[in-house]
Amino acid sequence: MTQISKNRATGKPVLEITDATLAFGEKTLWTGLNLTVQPQEFIAVIGSNGSGKSSLLRAILGQEQLTSGAIRVNGHAAGHGSKEIGYIPQHRSTDASTPMRARDLLSLGYDGHRWGIPLSTSKVRARVNHVLDCIDGHELADKPIGTLSGGQLQRFRVGQAVIGSPDLILADEPLSALDLHQQQAVANLIDEERREHQAAVLFVTHDVNPILGMVDRVLYLANGRFRIGTPDEVLRSEVLSELYGTPVDVLRNQGRIVVVGIHDHEHHPDEEWA
Amino acid sequence: MIFNFSDYADLLPLITNSLLAGALLAIVGGLIGVFVNTRDMSFAVHGISELSFAGASMALLLGANVVVGSIAGSLVAAALIGLLGSKARERNSIVAVLMPAGLGLGILAISLYHGQALNKFGLLTGQIVSVDNPQLAWLAGISLFILAVLAVVWRPLAFASLDPEVATARGVPTRALSVVFMLLLGLAVAASVQVVGALLVLSLLVTPAAAALRITKVPARVAILSVVFALISVLGGILLALGAGLPISPYVTTISFLIYVKARVIERLKK
Repeated sequence: MTQISKNRATGKPVLEITDATLAFGEKTLWTGLNLTVQPQEFIAVIGSNGSGKSSLLRAILGQEQLTSGAIRVNGHAAGHGSKEIGYIPQHRSTDASTPMRARDLLSLGYDGHRWGIPLSTSKVRARVNHVLDCIDGHELADKPIGTLSGGQLQRFRVGQAVIGSPDLILADEPLSALDLHQQQAVANLIDEERREHQAAVLFVTHDVNPILGMVDRVLYLANGRFRIGTPDEVLRSEVLSELYGTPVDVLRNQGRIVVVGIHDHEHHPDEEWA
Repeated sequence: MIFNFSDYADLLPLITNSLLAGALLAIVGGLIGVFVNTRDMSFAVHGISELSFAGASMALLLGANVVVGSIAGSLVAAALIGLLGSKARERNSIVAVLMPAGLGLGILAISLYHGQALNKFGLLTGQIVSVDNPQLAWLAGISLFILAVLAVVWRPLAFASLDPEVATARGVPTRALSVVFMLLLGLAVAASVQVVGALLVLSLLVTPAAAALRITKVPARVAILSVVFALISVLGGILLALGAGLPISPYVTTISFLIYVKARVIERLKK
């Protein structure tokens, strides 16, 4: 079979980031970043705006050149995207005139990278139907994507990312623009996919709470530095205070985590969900 | 007199070439138009067609092959727009700069040209119904080349046009595809200029697909409807023009415009 299944069988890492630095001019987003992600691992990437969370995903996709260091996906250097990666972009509303139904989003995710004319073969249809089952999307499948709500589109974005059974799922703020109920539904979809198909997940988010029960490790980026560890190791007052270089309180309340004391201009002035 | 169909049966055999050329161009224009619309490049088509006109006029003046001149002009324009205008806003200003430059150059060449003046302004406003055999061979060659390349790149090009972010992440070579598309667009414009003229190329490369996009959002149906609309416009235009002895372009553009209006009405009624 393929490289993919060999990796899964031998437990080779899906993603290896070695001594990586990303800087734009004077500003260093992160430096000395080492991260090895195993199949089926769920990693939350957390940090303030401008801390380089999305840039990390872009670097893995080969769209951002590292200042130094290396990134390997399935053992080979990160190139310009890869069919081994499923990508969920940040939510953006789509032009209503886009000639594309929700099901087309899925089929392009499945074989859009292949040359030729899109033919609706029984194999493609079966795969699309299976994903429609998983994301509960049959009723919406024939609607133009421009008419879907934020939550509906995001469900199809998850479906699009997983339909090709990728080894690595990169999700860029997939829960923004969703209400609490939709957040849970979308997070669960990603969680189920990685359990069933051993895909590793890098999940960029402002708010760790909707995925707290799924996360294996947290990568917390701040001030050009970072911490990696389980949520219990990283999401602690003394760890984040050291990271931010200023007193920060991590409060736990009814199973939720709140970080207090970070001044993040884009958000509530003195508190932010971790 | 605008219509006179009394000796229609005698004239029909004379325009077989034109009908063939028109059908090929309609298929190409209808398909390319789908991507012109989804990639938001309607205005670029206009810019390319003016440079194509300049190239063709220069060729006419220099006694070179007009089709080759037209292709050269098209490709220069497509390359400039592709290289300098990756963002829509930049692209629009580059097109707006190129357009009058090309038009001026073309008019200069035509004014200096003292040969057989019959087709002088045909390059701008479309030919009187007459496509000779060598010209048909050129048009057929260009059209078949475009269709062959489209058949190879269609799926990733659609992915890159409709969902660029995810397409890039999935490893689709979006930049290379955009260069390939500019090349195809340049060739399609050069071919269309021969029949409908530089000023009216949009009626073949933009309007049919724009009308189809009003009616359906199903990708395959958009492509099929766009080709059907383009075929009706071109073949209908040629057949009507034959009865009038006038250039075909007013007929082609009017039919294609009416189809677009009808499509908008249908869209409104659906809501």
